[in-house]
Amino acid sequence: MKEELIVSGRMNHMVDPNLNIWHWQIPLYLFLGGMAAGILCIAALYYIRGRENDYRTAVRITPFLAPVLLVLGLVALFIDLRHKLYFWHLYTTIRLQSPMSWGAWTLLVITPVSFIWCALHIRDLFPNWDWKYRWLKVLEEFFNKYKKALAWVMLIFGIILGIYTGILLSAFNARPLWNTSILGPLFLASGLSAGAAATLILSKNKEERKQFAIIDLVIIGIELFLIVHMFMGFLASTQVQIDAAKMFLGGSYTMAFWIFVVILGMLIPAMLEIMELGKFHIPAILPAILVIFGSFMLRFVIVYAGQMSRWLY
Amino acid sequence: MSSRREFIRISFIGAGVLAVAPGVLKAAGVITDPNKIKDLKVDLKRTPTYCEVCFWKCAGWVYKTSEGKIWKIIGNDEDQHCNGRFCPRGTGGVGMYYDEDRLRTPLIRTGERGKQVFREASWDEALNLVASKIKDISSKYGPESLALFTHGSGSAYYTNLFKALGTGNIAEPSYAQCRGPRDDAFFATFGEEAYSPEITDIRDTRCLVLIGSHIGENMHNGQVQEMSDAIDKGATIITVDPRFSTAAGKSKFWLPIKPATDIALLLAWIHEIIYNEYYDKKYVEKYCSGFDQLKTHVKDFTPEWAYGITTIKPDLIRKTAKEMGNASPAVIVHPGRHVTWYGDDTQRVRAIAILNALLGSWGRRGGLYRPAKFTVPAVPVPAYKEPVKTWQDIFPGKYPVASAPVTNVLIEASIPDNKPGFPVKGWFVNGTNLILTIPNQANTIKAIQNLDLLVVVDTMPMEITGWADVILPECTYLERYDALRASPHRRPSIALRMPAAEPLNNTKPGYWIARELAIKLGLGDYFPYEKLEDMLDWQLKKIGSSLEEMKRSGVKNFPRDADDLYFTEEEAVEFSTDSGKIELYSAFFEQSGFDPLPKYVPHEEPAEGFYRLIYGRAPMHTFSRTSNNPNLTDLMHENSVWINPRVAKAWGIKQDQYIWLKNQDNVVSDFPVKVRVTERIRWDSVYMVHGFGHAQKQMKRCFGKGASDTQLITKVLTDPIMGGTGMRGNFVTFITEKTGTEVAS
Amino acid sequence: MRYAMAVDTKKCVGCSDCVVACQTENNVPIGFCRDWVVETTDGTYPQLEMELRSERCNHCVNAPCVRCCPTGASHYAEGGIVLVAHDKCIGCGACIASCPYDARYAHPKGYVDKCTFCEHRIKVGMSPACVAVCPTKCIYFGDLDDANSNVSVVLKKRKHKTLIPEAGTNPQLYFLI
Repeated sequence: MKEELIVSGRMNHMVDPNLNIWHWQIPLYLFLGGMAAGILCIAALYYIRGRENDYRTAVRITPFLAPVLLVLGLVALFIDLRHKLYFWHLYTTIRLQSPMSWGAWTLLVITPVSFIWCALHIRDLFPNWDWKYRWLKVLEEFFNKYKKALAWVMLIFGIILGIYTGILLSAFNARPLWNTSILGPLFLASGLSAGAAATLILSKNKEERKQFAIIDLVIIGIELFLIVHMFMGFLASTQVQIDAAKMFLGGSYTMAFWIFVVILGMLIPAMLEIMELGKFHIPAILPAILVIFGSFMLRFVIVYAGQMSRWLY
Repeated sequence: MSSRREFIRISFIGAGVLAVAPGVLKAAGVITDPNKIKDLKVDLKRTPTYCEVCFWKCAGWVYKTSEGKIWKIIGNDEDQHCNGRFCPRGTGGVGMYYDEDRLRTPLIRTGERGKQVFREASWDEALNLVASKIKDISSKYGPESLALFTHGSGSAYYTNLFKALGTGNIAEPSYAQCRGPRDDAFFATFGEEAYSPEITDIRDTRCLVLIGSHIGENMHNGQVQEMSDAIDKGATIITVDPRFSTAAGKSKFWLPIKPATDIALLLAWIHEIIYNEYYDKKYVEKYCSGFDQLKTHVKDFTPEWAYGITTIKPDLIRKTAKEMGNASPAVIVHPGRHVTWYGDDTQRVRAIAILNALLGSWGRRGGLYRPAKFTVPAVPVPAYKEPVKTWQDIFPGKYPVASAPVTNVLIEASIPDNKPGFPVKGWFVNGTNLILTIPNQANTIKAIQNLDLLVVVDTMPMEITGWADVILPECTYLERYDALRASPHRRPSIALRMPAAEPLNNTKPGYWIARELAIKLGLGDYFPYEKLEDMLDWQLKKIGSSLEEMKRSGVKNFPRDADDLYFTEEEAVEFSTDSGKIELYSAFFEQSGFDPLPKYVPHEEPAEGFYRLIYGRAPMHTFSRTSNNPNLTDLMHENSVWINPRVAKAWGIKQDQYIWLKNQDNVVSDFPVKVRVTERIRWDSVYMVHGFGHAQKQMKRCFGKGASDTQLITKVLTDPIMGGTGMRGNFVTFITEKTGTEVAS
Repeated sequence: MRYAMAVDTKKCVGCSDCVVACQTENNVPIGFCRDWVVETTDGTYPQLEMELRSERCNHCVNAPCVRCCPTGASHYAEGGIVLVAHDKCIGCGACIASCPYDARYAHPKGYVDKCTFCEHRIKVGMSPACVAVCPTKCIYFGDLDDANSNVSVVLKKRKHKTLIPEAGTNPQLYFLI
């Protein structure tokens, strides 16, 4: 029998017996940020490809959710900080090796950009909107003139926003469950999926809804592919990663992952959307909500389960 | 008492000898002189002290912050006890000061004894009450009806007071509950005890034999330090222990002995060492008597014979005997410290003493050195009243050989049914938590119920305070002066304790308490100095120093009178025994009706489903004394019961499960204890660290944490030679679910 | 200059003095610790082996905690010591999650804390508190770039190991075995 124990009673709050440093604030932000990223990427992409008029909701209406999601996400992040008054230090330096630093700067760029994008389309919601002040009208003209550049900025930073959280977690080799480079693309895909689902709910255009159902379907396929590869990677890797994978294959997070994330969040909405495309009438809102739920649960499960995986003791 | 108890060969320094000037040591890159430290933000005010967390009394410095708050405690580089390094308990001594559960003010019992209903009182009222009750008892039953149970620095003052009262019933539990059999066994053999700190020359030994000592888990600072030095020098360590102790983990040979069979192993070793002529012939011839009787006695105690009893293979017994012989005389068969196990403990340690004598280790380098003690000038006080009766008149004829008063005899004397020679009606308890110290708790409590007076002096609301009539709160050692430390060691030395802070709340130093009480008893003349520091200054000036100088250096070491740390080749040593020689054969024991040579006697074994309860120490605790210390409970806040994996599997018990323990007398532990499934313990025993399972709610950190082994030690195996209370004859079984009523098994 | 520490597992008795001394020296709040002691036992009674180690932050050369810190609060100081600048730390907890040794903790005051190799002591010529207090003198500390420092000497003489070297952090806390 091999026995290993800490005899000096180490029980550091939030570190022992299992890492517990990040609570609901972090998965919530990851979800909100991911969904906002998805929304903005899709909006920017279709605008740049000139399909604005085919997908008016996606490009012009859905993005109104983005600033709300981003601000709520930022509030969650701020609440999570334990040394709040010093948060501004994030913006005194850019640390290229720290994904969190990228994230801080990305948020600094994309949040105002999302506000601007919404401002440019304010009349889709409020037809009689008047900017009142001259400088605001000047700004509106300016951004309309350079809307394509703005869209490119939004696309690039949107992708970074969507993928950096996965890269951030995967850079923690101390948490074997997160230490897979598949996490970045998985989070981006999940964010795009949630963003597409938002348009699925908001759009009143049947063609648009059909297109986005297909987009969702394709992305779900990609996500399932990534998840399978993630597990294949774990099980073929070192002992700590095998143990991490076991948490989802019989361990304490098995139910949460397979039922909430995969079945409810991916397989059932996929089935529903196939049925919709096969001319069965399904209220579009149902698969969309399930997809958004699954996207949220994915972050939740990964953040909590990851903190349980460790190398020592 | 007989004069053979006098120490001989202890050098003493008279006045006028120069002391070693304390310098700044740069050992291993450590500079501790604050004058050499620049840029450190804290103001390094420091005051000297010596530690009170255990009996080792390491001298050190208490550092304070610039606001004058106690910050940390560091060892004094000049001190032989610690060499500048305190142990975890000493380092954690700050916690004793900051513990918010400390006693704050004198308390007088208002409710029924044991119900713990007290009211706060002033010192005057409390001490007046104590004084008047003492006078009552003294006049009604005689001063011999008063007993002092004491441990620690305060002992000196209360001993002075009680001797002035005319009673000799002054007992330290460390005798009959701990080291007593060892000291008496060594007295009988060498004419001297094994001392505190023990005179083991571990740093120069070539072979250290630990039988019933778990250095490393017992944190006897100097011994742990020297064991590390010995390991560096390639010394062999042989550990005899049913448990795989930390020391066993560092041993060349670990003998996983069946519990209670140690004497058989020792006799087999003696046999091997004699019949293979491994012993130090010159030494034995010159210094020992009774060799031939010993040789005849052990003729049949072969390793094969011992194997059948101890389960230690014969060739291992032979190998280890040879190893000891090869290392002779730089070999130590460690005398142990807590040796009250099975009731034949004096005889077992006699075997150890005999082994040491055969190997020639007593008085030799790497063996047992000759200690030197500084004699601090005594303050003249009036002569003591000679006690009319002594503790040996309680049960005449019992324990004739005991070299100190026996706590349990005094306790028995408080129970009328025992028909003592005279009753003991008043207890004064200082610095010892009798409820967790004395086995057979029910008996102790029965004794207390018959008392006219129970006074407790303590720093914490320990279990014994719950039974008191008057509780006198003492401040911790960090808040007071105390008598100079003058413990024996390789060189004579003294150490100063001065307060680093004022006593918190309404607590007082022990000296003040004893003196105030003495004044109220009309015995103020026995405490001529109102302030202890004035007495210290007087004493120090008499030896050519001063209080001011000691405050700056903390410790003063003196050279030995003569270069006699070890015997020299030509020396004609005389031992303080009847024959003047080391008595391998103890005629002294024989005269009193005890075996002159140790014999193996089998002891009771556990019944089916029961396991022998073995207990011990953890290096970060000193039992009750540190149970509630915030810094030390941070390291270990509960004990666990060690269970062998085979046993755990058979019972279906899992790691970290909490279970209750029930002993052979159907006593169930108050609190559940965490299970540690480990290979380190034999399948016929379980192991726990002593000092947990506290039932005092006032101590918020330790209440209900772990289980109390004392509670489960109801069968006491009393040593007929000196009254030591053997505690390892108890067996426990496991209860995984506690129901309202217990079904007797 | 490269500071490193070596712990002699053959001499460590697991007394945890290093933990208490660090706590008092560095005012580590009760309930938290910057260093800790691990005991491993292998085998079946009575064929057993035991190892005792005093562990702490490894002050890695390739520290993930320094890499992931978004504000630069976690940084390398002189001699390669990894320190946290309390007034730059935002308490995001990324460094705590990134340490494979779980050596960091969130201080109640908000910033992240850990072993500093007693930088405040070594810069004035003293040794770290744990090294100075250890009763078995089993902890060595010094400059690896100095061939005569006691840590360099002992690492040359004795077999040693580090913890989870496969984590790629290049730790500077060695265990003599």
